[in-house]
Amino acid sequence: MGKTLYEKVFERHAVRQLPSGQYQLLMGLHLVHEVTSPQAFQMLREQGLPILMPERTFATVDHIIPTKSQLRPFADSLAEQMLEHLEANVRDYGIRYFSPEDGSQGVVHVIGPELGLTQPGMTICCGDSHTSTHGAFGAIAFGIGTSQVRDVLATQCLAMDRLKVRRIEVHGSLGPGVYPKDVVLFIINRLGVQGGVGYAYEFAGEVFDRMDMEGRMTVCNMSIEGGARCGYVNPDTTTYQYLEGRQYCPQGKAWDAAVRDWDGIRSDPDAQYDDVVRFDAAEIEPMVTWGITPGQSTGVRGRIPSAESFAVDEQATVREAHRYMDFEPGQAILGTKIDVAFIGSCTNGRFSDFEEVARLVQRSGSKVAPHVRALIVPGSQSVRRALVDHGYDRVFTDAGFEFREAGCSMCLAMNPDKLQGREVCASSSNRNFKGRQGSPQGRTLLMSPAMVAAAAVRGEVADAREVFA
Amino acid sequence: MDTKRVRIEGRGIVVRGNDIDTDRIIPARFLRTVTFEGLGDHAFEDDRIASTQSGAPHPFDQPRFAGARILLVNGNFGCGSSREHAPQALARWGAGIQAIVGVSFAEIFFGNCVALGIPCIRVSVTDIEALMQAVEGDPRLAVSVDVAKRTVGAGALTITAVIPDGPRQQFLEGIWDSTAELLTAKAEVLERASQLPYMRGYVQ
Repeated sequence: MGKTLYEKVFERHAVRQLPSGQYQLLMGLHLVHEVTSPQAFQMLREQGLPILMPERTFATVDHIIPTKSQLRPFADSLAEQMLEHLEANVRDYGIRYFSPEDGSQGVVHVIGPELGLTQPGMTICCGDSHTSTHGAFGAIAFGIGTSQVRDVLATQCLAMDRLKVRRIEVHGSLGPGVYPKDVVLFIINRLGVQGGVGYAYEFAGEVFDRMDMEGRMTVCNMSIEGGARCGYVNPDTTTYQYLEGRQYCPQGKAWDAAVRDWDGIRSDPDAQYDDVVRFDAAEIEPMVTWGITPGQSTGVRGRIPSAESFAVDEQATVREAHRYMDFEPGQAILGTKIDVAFIGSCTNGRFSDFEEVARLVQRSGSKVAPHVRALIVPGSQSVRRALVDHGYDRVFTDAGFEFREAGCSMCLAMNPDKLQGREVCASSSNRNFKGRQGSPQGRTLLMSPAMVAAAAVRGEVADAREVFA
Repeated sequence: MDTKRVRIEGRGIVVRGNDIDTDRIIPARFLRTVTFEGLGDHAFEDDRIASTQSGAPHPFDQPRFAGARILLVNGNFGCGSSREHAPQALARWGAGIQAIVGVSFAEIFFGNCVALGIPCIRVSVTDIEALMQAVEGDPRLAVSVDVAKRTVGAGALTITAVIPDGPRQQFLEGIWDSTAELLTAKAEVLERASQLPYMRGYVQ
């Protein structure tokens, strides 16, 4: 009987079974940022433990970094202190640090792939739930807590349960103006925000076969919003073409050997899955969230559903969402006025995301509506440089967008980029939780970068297929 | 320190609602710190402010729940961010939350709680409602989470609960702090690493 990629990679890295029944899983790549790591390093110091494989951990700064200027010291003394701790920790423990000063900084889930650190067949972890992003390459990648960051630093291992595997097939072709973000929001809408608990998601079918790597990253990134700790796509020629020649990828004969190895870790055709679900791509419309969980969404032509249309157990959350978002059941999502537009994050902060927006804006000669504050925040310094090289920075600023420095920014608003009061934000990020974007009353509508751009231009939720027709 | 978590008893506190995410448990602005100290004061901060403004104080602000150690919640509690700051904040709030009873928990949150020695134990939708009503009716009621027997008790109620075998064993034996255990296999770890193609640089 065949095996899934998840099983093959898990078995390669399982050192032994622990008395608890969990497995001691060897980690191939560990990524570190400034928010979830300082306490882990402190625990190591208190216990007098060294790092077992410092060459397998890489660090950067993303969550707290300001995007108007990265110049030090930061105005926020707490943020400055956090970065100083990170700098001291990477220095003391000999960890490679991708810094703003050397031009290699960025959101941890953007720089891992672009540097070629992320490779098929690896186990990858980071103190950040969106580590699932790296599964786009056929890696088993998941978020961990700070005590586990300590475990990985000290032992290069984690105590992990073996997950079940659900294969999610999307067949057919996506319509014009429907993007990977819409695909993943659709899947979460259908399977629920806790539907994936206990599962790894394997994304398969023609839609993913044809999807480019940055699109696959968008989808895998949001696996966790569906409750699945990791999601992956089997590696193929699209994967290899993206990786070949990147800084940390093998070269020459080692590259050829790597590709042979990666071909072998794909799920076998006769692999057994714990669950299989199938969707038709033709059903997927540009999606917009209307609530306070990423599963509360509708196609852009849809209306806010009533609480009664949900299962009894979900109705309280739906009513809470109506109240918080100030939506009436039956109201169209189209035309919802916005105050802020945010394009960026580990979900949609890569070159192709911005290039698509630049292309749409330029072709239509659109301008940001006067009352809208619109932010373009590249996912990494490298992405930012590439956008400047193509002249897209001018396209954005001419159209009325602010073109910022790289970081997590208003996805979670740990830096100065925050919503104010009850502002509504059209956002290309991943979470529409209450207060997520920095104001305790702030409201988030998740959508694709193209849809955010359309909302920025019209000043309200609009169908990008019409706005940029 | 006795690290075993066999049976936890204390007063309960009820926080109702499905899909309560870790941003709500501890808003991101309080993560601008290099320790976990002081997080307890900010547990559920924005929900608490909003509740106070609406005239119905959040359970974490209701004097009747002061001193509670066992948190009762609904489904998918702790979804979202992997921030360990969330269970750290709960553990540092008031007398300290020492066990959580709910219908279901997000996976990373559950694991973070294990690492802190906080059992998250599951009961049915009907049973959590009965427990919540019992505790809301009499917040002085002694609530017990029995990890060994897999039960939750409150007054006359004794409810069968679910906790996976692995974590249960860890709590019973007091070995939920995993670093030391993982380190005992260091030789095997290095051996396994030497066999992985990518750790060998894909050299045959």
